[in-house]
Parts: sequence; C-alpha cells; structure tokens
Amino acid sequence: MAKIKMPKGTPTIDMTPMVDLAFLLVTFFMLAANFRSNEPVDVNIPSSIGDEEVPEKTLILVTVDKGGRLFFNVTGDSTVRRSVISQMVTKYKAPLDNSQLKEYLKITSIGCSMAELPAYLSTDGEGRKNFKTLGIPADSTNNQLKDWINYANLAMLQYGKDAYLKAKDEAKPNEVVKPEDFKPKFVLKVEGQAEYVRAKMAIETFRDLNLNNLHFVTSLENKQ
Amino acid sequence: MAQIVENGGGDSGKGKKRPKKSSTHVDMTPMVDLAFLLLTFFVLTSTFSKPKVMSLVYPAKDVPESTEKPVVKNAITFLITKDRVFYYKGEFNPAGGPKTDLTETDFGPQGVRKLLATENEYVIREKLKLDGQLTRKEIVDSVAKKKLIEAQKTPQALKVLVKTDLKALCANFIDLIDELYIANIGMIAPVDIMKDEQALIDAKIK
Repeated sequence: MAKIKMPKGTPTIDMTPMVDLAFLLVTFFMLAANFRSNEPVDVNIPSSIGDEEVPEKTLILVTVDKGGRLFFNVTGDSTVRRSVISQMVTKYKAPLDNSQLKEYLKITSIGCSMAELPAYLSTDGEGRKNFKTLGIPADSTNNQLKDWINYANLAMLQYGKDAYLKAKDEAKPNEVVKPEDFKPKFVLKVEGQAEYVRAKMAIETFRDLNLNNLHFVTSLENKQ
Repeated sequence: MAQIVENGGGDSGKGKKRPKKSSTHVDMTPMVDLAFLLLTFFVLTSTFSKPKVMSLVYPAKDVPESTEKPVVKNAITFLITKDRVFYYKGEFNPAGGPKTDLTETDFGPQGVRKLLATENEYVIREKLKLDGQLTRKEIVDSVAKKKLIEAQKTPQALKVLVKTDLKALCANFIDLIDELYIANIGMIAPVDIMKDEQALIDAKIK
C-alpha cells in the first residue's frame, strides 16, 4: 500500500481570489447603492405601479408616520431652505441662533412645532429621533404645516425659475430642458399602517393652498 | 499570484552559494477582513430600489359647488374602511330606483381588479389597441398617450369616486388607487364620505 504523504509545514490557502471577489462586491455596492437618507422617522411605504422618479431637486415632502405625526422637508439648494426658515421664524417668533440655523440646513425633515424648533435643533441626531413631539401642527386653529408648504412653494418657484433659465442657457443644442422639471413637486410619504384621516390632514392642507396634484411615495411593484 | 512557491533555495549541487530566498508570501487575511467589513457596511447602509411616486390629482377645493346635483353616469363609488372595501354603482339612493346597497370586494386579483376590468372594458380595450399600434410602430408614444386620455374621457369610460372612513389605512387607500391605475381609469376623485354611506358601512362591518 502506498503511503499517504502528509504535507509538511503549515498549509497556506491562497486568499487572492477571495480578496478579488470581496473587492469586486465592495465596488459594486459602492457604485450601485444610494444611501438611505437619515430621516427622523422610519416609514413603511406601500407599493404601487407608479413609476415616476422621486423629484430630488424640487421636492416638498410631507411625511406621515405611524402615529399620524407630520414631518416636513424641502429640498432645493440652501437659498430655498434659508428663505423658508427665515419666514417661518419671523412669523412664529421663534428665533434661532447661528448653530441652530446651521443644523437646520444640514438635516432633512423637521417634525415639531415652531415653539419646539430651537430645542429640536439643539439636540443631536439620536436625540431628535426620540424627541417628544406631536409633529407639525396642521389643525385649523394652528396650521403651521400650511405656512411651511406655502413658503416652500413660493421659494421653490423662484428657485426653479432661476434654475430653469440657467439650465436653458447652459444646455447643449440637442438637450431638452423642460420647465416642469423645475417646478416644485408635492410629495406625501405615508406610513401604510397609518390611518388615512391622518394623511388627509396634510392632503387637505395642500388642497387649501390649491395645490391639488400630489404624489405618493411608493415602492415599485410589478404589474401582474 | 501573490504567492510564489519556494523551490528550497539551497545548494543545487554545484557548490555555488546563493543568498537565501526569503518568502514573498503576503498574508492576505487582514485584507480580506477589511474587504468584508466594507462589504457588510455597504450592504447594510444601501437601499436599492429607489422609491417611486404615484401621482394623484385631487379635485380643486375652491370651485363653487353647483346647486344642481351632477349626473353620475357609469360611475362606481368605493368605500374603504380598515382592510375592507365596499362599492356601489351609480348614484347613491337614486331617485325612482332601488335603495343603494353595498357590495363587498377585496384587494385580491379576483376582487377589485376583476370588477374594474369588466366595468372599464371600453378603455382597457382601447389601451390594448393602442399598445398594439405602438409595438407595430404605427403611432408614436405621445400620440398613444393622448388617445388614451381621450378614451378615458369618453362617456363609456368608468369614473371612480373613492371615499374613506375614519378607520381606513393609508395602505388600503393606496392599494385601491393602484388598482384604479392598473385598470386605466382616468377619472379618480377622492372625496369625503357621506353620513348615509358611513351608516351603511357600519351596518356591514358589525
């Protein structure tokens, strides 16, 4: 019988293919992924066949969480956000100091009344998630959401107009620049398990401002 | 490869002294660790499917309500409550007709979808025709869209009113609107629920 040769020394495994694979995957995920944005609430969105893209640049977003609290966010560049907050601060007399203003420009959604806003901005990210608040008031006696939306809409219209003219000037001859791409889009992100009456408060606020074309954020579902 | 097999760099018999070859083997383990750490990070923090939006136009509010009742022809009203959906056809308690009764349906393929497919048959058939023309390249995309909108405005096309009660969930509402889009319904009106309709729902779900 032949003797089985035992390998001498420590067995080494060639790790190179494994490293190759790992870095390939890392590269893939880095390039293919878009990061989860840091929202103050997690919302389970329902699915639908809607296939429009979320307008990233000209977005006016109202989030409704499971408890029916309302959150507000506006994108666009910092001039829009600055203009919105300065008008809100003047109207509701809730002065912010410089660091709070900076913090406001950094974060995404706001989810508290104007009276709570300075304290809300002074807490850090984790604290903000656990901040005890009822969200933005949107009832008929104290409709702060309406002001947020209204100011954001006006600021965004102005910003969109400028951005459109700029894009038109810089556009290459065969490029089509559509003016509607620069108009503010009103988006509702609702938690599927929230009661519809909660979302209705936000919807009615939009309708009060005569903004009737709303968009619901949904995840894509295959058409059967 | 990063690993080079040593061939026992000793004497090969001719007595020539060679400098002892040092191993060029690089330990890859920390690199693998790092790579997988990064991999895990990216897998956990990334979202793939970008959320999409579904557009819905609400009726304008400040239009002065006409005193005469609008004639509801070829319409269905859906009433949504928590995870359940009811519907009735035509007007609510039409004059001279039998009293309205609610029929229950569900969000499954045998429920709302089947109902809408039969009720909105005209538009769906038009849509299929247009799709056929589109694939044969007889018409362009924008024309097909325009024609579909025209078809959705014809009297044969179904109009849908959506009413929600206090217990309805957002997911129910969006599911229903989604079904309406699948059935190519052009006229969707989310409106407030009436007291009588609420009473009928309450009687049904008791």
